[in-house]
Amino acid sequence: MSLNTQLIRSLQAPPRPVWEEPPSRAGLTAKSGFLLLCCLGVLVPLWIVIVTSLSPKPVIDRVGGLVVVPRGITFVNYKELLGGGQVSRAIMVSVGVTLVGTLFSMTVSVLAAYGLSRRGSLGHRFFLVTVMATMFFGAGLIPTYLLVQSLGLTDTYLSLILPSAVSVFNILVLRAFFMGISPELTESARLDGAGDLRILLTIVMPLSRAVLAVISLFYAVGYWSAWFNASIYLSDQRMLPLQNVLIQLVMRHTQAPTGLQEAVRTGQLSPLGVQMAVTVLALIPVAVASPFVQRHFKKGMLTGAVKG
Amino acid sequence: MPLTAGSRPDGVRPATPVEEPEAALTRPALPTKKQTSGKIPWRVRLRRDRVLILITLPAVLLLLLFNYVPLLGNVVAFQDYDPYVSSNGITAIFHSPWVGMEQFSRLVNDPLFWGAVKNTLVLFALQLVLFFPVPIALALLINSVVRPRVRAVAQAIMYLPHFFSWVLVITVFQQIFGGAGIIAQTLQDHGWSGFDLMTNSGFFKFLVTGQAVWKDAGWGIIVFLAALAAVPTDLYEAAAMDGAGRWRRTWHVTLPALRPVIALLLVLRVGDALSVGFEQFLLQRDAVGTGASEVLDTYVWSMGIQNGDFSYAAAAGLVKGVIGICLVLGANKFAHLLGEQGVYQK
Repeated sequence: MSLNTQLIRSLQAPPRPVWEEPPSRAGLTAKSGFLLLCCLGVLVPLWIVIVTSLSPKPVIDRVGGLVVVPRGITFVNYKELLGGGQVSRAIMVSVGVTLVGTLFSMTVSVLAAYGLSRRGSLGHRFFLVTVMATMFFGAGLIPTYLLVQSLGLTDTYLSLILPSAVSVFNILVLRAFFMGISPELTESARLDGAGDLRILLTIVMPLSRAVLAVISLFYAVGYWSAWFNASIYLSDQRMLPLQNVLIQLVMRHTQAPTGLQEAVRTGQLSPLGVQMAVTVLALIPVAVASPFVQRHFKKGMLTGAVKG
Repeated sequence: MPLTAGSRPDGVRPATPVEEPEAALTRPALPTKKQTSGKIPWRVRLRRDRVLILITLPAVLLLLLFNYVPLLGNVVAFQDYDPYVSSNGITAIFHSPWVGMEQFSRLVNDPLFWGAVKNTLVLFALQLVLFFPVPIALALLINSVVRPRVRAVAQAIMYLPHFFSWVLVITVFQQIFGGAGIIAQTLQDHGWSGFDLMTNSGFFKFLVTGQAVWKDAGWGIIVFLAALAAVPTDLYEAAAMDGAGRWRRTWHVTLPALRPVIALLLVLRVGDALSVGFEQFLLQRDAVGTGASEVLDTYVWSMGIQNGDFSYAAAAGLVKGVIGICLVLGANKFAHLLGEQGVYQK
């Protein structure tokens, strides 16, 4: 079958079951109209933000705010932001924390999920209860803050990773998925002399690519979006990740960070355009990554929701 | 039950009597763990499972350190804790004076605290009414779309905002609904002025709920879609045969099928009730003023981290934590009474 007929086939509605009454024209219109509205509600704000970040200063000045209809495109805002200075540094920090954090979280979580995946192993119940109980209480902000401080983690990037490195929900999703893998596969490998780690690496993990992708995305998005820990544990402005710089730029109305200030003040750049460019930079990684993983979402969410 | 020939690709009808002795032969050789755990001495089990225990430890240790140890730190709520009496924040606990329930009586007499409690509860109720039903409705809508391509695209778009940080969501909202935002600009061009939803303290709770809907309602449909996919189609067919129309089928087949999921999510939501809106409130408190934008979590933050009154803030946090646990247990109990599973079962 050629790609073209495949495409056409997927666009055509599959046949309705005979017992289902044909849809009314009005109902169909209302339904698709509402669906379209929902999608536009998501896309239009993003469109406006992106267009404004790409608009030259005269256009933004003439409109007097956000630009909806693009008139001319320029990359000066991005060039300015990425050419060194606080925003470039913040992007490096965010990328670094996200990569290292996700790798660390995934390693710890996958190992624990596999360790907890065999019923009847020694200490299985004890460890499982210990892990799951944390879902029902939070330790509280103040004691956690005091702990992180006295461990000497403040003003280090470890304070952005360690306290939130393990998500029990994610471990349970992985565990449920690992438990669903047919035991014949792992048992036969065991009879052939493979140890637990080898079984995990060569059989279980390759079979769980979908759920591994989903959970990695969850962790990565968590690290990328986090700002609160950085705001209380980091005192050095130059260490701040991108989200915190965005807060300073957009919400606290502090003037653009050093370096940018010059260009904005001398009138080369529009402050709004710069703000929107930072917003887009913070938005790009998740907007690009999540659709790729989308088809696996259901699998990842379901195994967790059902077996809990 | 005999298998039909079509269920095997080669069309061979499997001979069931042959498989059974085979299974009976392998079973004693490969006993299930449940049977063995009672008989095998723990030393042997330790040797067998040592790798499993070792690889579980990193996560368990991290949870012990960052979730269990701080629980003990809550004792500062019964102290007049001073981080500077010692070089280390933890040893300072042993040098700080004990004051019993004094922090709690301060708390009870603080109108700001009660304001935060009220804001938290009102926001929770508002989100329960205005947010919670949205994903259910959207899931029913998406589920009724038959074209797979349309479905996939709509889902991809609706999931997207879930992955944006609160900072991004609020930035976007500010640029659209704020005083210098796009709506205010348009209105001003037409002679209206003073439009600014972002700093309107009366409207703030609705704004926060709106932001939550924009960010997470689309993502929320995923669980309901999964539950809808699990409804057997013969139920619909049987209902249609009995003369039930589209809406009656939704009411009598679809919604009952969603009931366990709805109960589960409600329990989870109630358990989370006191943490509602923390990031949103913290990010927007400068714009709206603390009166309207103080919830329990931001109150703890501002008293402890901002003012350095750690004992007092810890007391507020402890009150919140205890009520939170009671809420989870209570909601779960309630779900059991309604005949639903809830989060856990005894």
